[in-house]
Amino acid sequence: MTHSSTPSFFAENWEIGPIFRTLLRNKVGAMLIALQIAFTMTIVVNAIYIIVQRSEKMQRPSGIDEANSFFISSVGFSHDFNGLVSTQQDLNLIRSLNGVVDAIQINAVPLSGSGWSMGLQTEPGAEFDGTGTAVYMVDEHALNALDVALVAGENFSPTDIQVRTSSQTHWPDKTIITLAMANRLFPNDGLAAVGKTVYINDIEPMIITGIIDKLQAPWVGWDNVENVMLTPEIRDAKSSRYFIRTEPGERDRIMTQVESVLAKSNPGRIVKDLRSIDETRLRAYRDNSAMIRILITVMVILIIVTGLGIVGLVSFSVNQRKKQIGTRRALGASQHAIVRYFMLENLLISTAGVLLGALLTVGLNIVLVDAFSLTPIAWYYIPLGMLALWLVGQVAVYGPAKKAANIPPALATRSA
Amino acid sequence: MFHYYLKLAFKSYKRNPILTGLMVAAIALGIGASMTTITVNYLMSADPIPTKSGQLFYVQVDSWDPNRGFNDEPNTPPNQLTWTEATNLMSANKAYRQSAMAKSGAIIEPSNGDISPFEASIRLAFKDFFPMFNVPFKYGNAWDQKADDDRQMVVVLSKDINDKVFAGQNSVGKSIIIDGKSFRVIGVLASWQPLPKFYDVNNGAFDEPEALFMPFYLKQELELPNWGNTNCWKTPDGEGFSAFLQSECINFQMWVELPTLQDKRAYMAFLNNYVNDQKELGRFPRPLNNQLLNVMQWMDDQKVVADDAQIMMWLSFMFLLVCLLNTIGLQMAKFSAKSAEIGLRRAVGATKGDLFFQYTIETAAVGIAGGILGLGLAFLGLVGIRQLYGDVMNDLASLDTTMITLALLLSLLASVCAGLYPTWRACNIAPASQLKSQ
Repeated sequence: MTHSSTPSFFAENWEIGPIFRTLLRNKVGAMLIALQIAFTMTIVVNAIYIIVQRSEKMQRPSGIDEANSFFISSVGFSHDFNGLVSTQQDLNLIRSLNGVVDAIQINAVPLSGSGWSMGLQTEPGAEFDGTGTAVYMVDEHALNALDVALVAGENFSPTDIQVRTSSQTHWPDKTIITLAMANRLFPNDGLAAVGKTVYINDIEPMIITGIIDKLQAPWVGWDNVENVMLTPEIRDAKSSRYFIRTEPGERDRIMTQVESVLAKSNPGRIVKDLRSIDETRLRAYRDNSAMIRILITVMVILIIVTGLGIVGLVSFSVNQRKKQIGTRRALGASQHAIVRYFMLENLLISTAGVLLGALLTVGLNIVLVDAFSLTPIAWYYIPLGMLALWLVGQVAVYGPAKKAANIPPALATRSA
Repeated sequence: MFHYYLKLAFKSYKRNPILTGLMVAAIALGIGASMTTITVNYLMSADPIPTKSGQLFYVQVDSWDPNRGFNDEPNTPPNQLTWTEATNLMSANKAYRQSAMAKSGAIIEPSNGDISPFEASIRLAFKDFFPMFNVPFKYGNAWDQKADDDRQMVVVLSKDINDKVFAGQNSVGKSIIIDGKSFRVIGVLASWQPLPKFYDVNNGAFDEPEALFMPFYLKQELELPNWGNTNCWKTPDGEGFSAFLQSECINFQMWVELPTLQDKRAYMAFLNNYVNDQKELGRFPRPLNNQLLNVMQWMDDQKVVADDAQIMMWLSFMFLLVCLLNTIGLQMAKFSAKSAEIGLRRAVGATKGDLFFQYTIETAAVGIAGGILGLGLAFLGLVGIRQLYGDVMNDLASLDTTMITLALLLSLLASVCAGLYPTWRACNIAPASQLKSQ
């Protein structure tokens, strides 16, 4: 054992040889720790990858003024209930309330999970494939109520709005679509889509009169969630859904107010499904946020288990080797050298562990991709995971190693 | 001997309380995590009607678009039927029992003025729905063939609705206003919650059954709305309710009960004939592709068990594995400290078998302790899952006796397995080598 007075990184003898030979004498013990580290890394890295993907998904904006919007439904049941008249009255009433920015009748709401989809195509004919899009049937107040901005073309005018009866199959001749949808239909230049004709129901022409910046379809799990079309329609039906945007901070007050005024205004109908968009978002992503929380819990517990396991094993081996450690100290090994011994020992084991772990991580990811159609893991997760597990090992071993270093040299002289 | 070994085991735990504690904790955590996820998967994939799930078949015929299949997988027929097929196949009456069905909804106006009108979901079905699915009645009965044929305004109430509208009294024979029309109550169900709600998984596989049950043809008679998924590949010919009903849009499900394999073959042949006849009429432009899947096959086909639940289960198995590796390591460390003791015992006459038995008891006791603690953790885990996922999980996250037994067996097995190698190694210590060093 040589000690230079100024220990430098390379000059010192790191005793890799003796550590390695000692490890070989307890192959199984070392292997168990390495395996533990490998599997822990496999789970942790894959879990983090899933967590990152899910939270990215949850962060996507819906395009509407989520904090200040809500919706409510009305269903008429009396014999003399007139859907169209009731809708007009309700909208006038709601729009006149203090604190309401705007309100519309709409057939479906972003994030809500249920809605209506159609296909649009640039050539007429059943043999051409359409591009799937969500449909929101709205009037000229929609852009204001939904808080979406026109990036090209123009808004609907009041005269564009047509009455839609239930089970109606034909469509108005105008539509406003999202920029994402425009880019899908006209890949070279979405903004130039204004004025172009697209076909719905295979052959029915519609002219794109406007393009809006962003608005999501109702289904957050849908691949084409950014594809949306607005059609200038008011629905004549017994049930009607209203989407209401309020001034900042006024939402909760207006929600209660709208519910009670609508309920009072007509005894021949019920109001139901009063829900804020914030709550709708929570419900839409509840599975994802639950999964994230569960995975985080599993990860933390797993790292603790692995860490404590290492602490336990190293403490034990320190106890077993008390005499040897005392002897080394008596022969001149510094406390630092003892700590280093255990840290290096763990580093060697961890290295084997994380190398195997890298392979297992990729393996598990391939299985997950294959069985559950997740996307393949990004490469940099692997080295980061290896680094993290190395760190866990080093942190876990430091305490027991420090204890080992405190074993007095005199211990060597005593018999066990 | 067993008691003596147990006593020795406890002595040994006391000597190494931290190691023992770590082992118990590791097994408990592994078991807790695994049992939580196994329970969710077990309940999601449970057989909702075990006595006849092999004899009930979901009817699928490929009435879809000539230019493209129903979904990306090439050979999947549509997951629902058109009105035309639902009514034609019912009229043919070729199965032992059969019911086409659909989901709808309407407003109920209770005659008791204290209860304000409310919206309720409706299951439109045929009379066989009840005996076919073993639906339990509290009062009254299902309707009969005549009610189906004559489109009678009769209704079977769920228990909840009967509790709400008729205060839980026997309401058979009473009238109730639904969708503005007067219906006669013909039956009231006892509590019925098949999990999954296999007869219609398109509209929430773990939703509650509908509030009202009424004859299928009332859909047409009262022009009841489509609830749940409706898919169309072709624009209806004409406007209005009736044109939409007669269109190629799919919103209907159908189940048949076919007690023997022979019945199933015969029904398949009938379906193929039916579709070929329809082809003559210019419908069914796609190649012949009919399917009869039984309950569990249909659950599998519709991926009723959520991917997330499965991912979590596999991750938690790996978690258990890590915990076991942990336990093996700790166990070995513990036994290695005892090599002197073992050598001595061997030298004074204990056989390997004796020692093996003794140390297996020591590890098994750790396993049982871990298992019991793990059960507690699984219970907490399920409470957590219920909170995170809300109402959907209420019925899917609870431990039953099967699960509790499984948990204890799993932990016992796991810990004995984990103890096996260390025990075996410890027992193979040569007596002489250990005695020398003393």
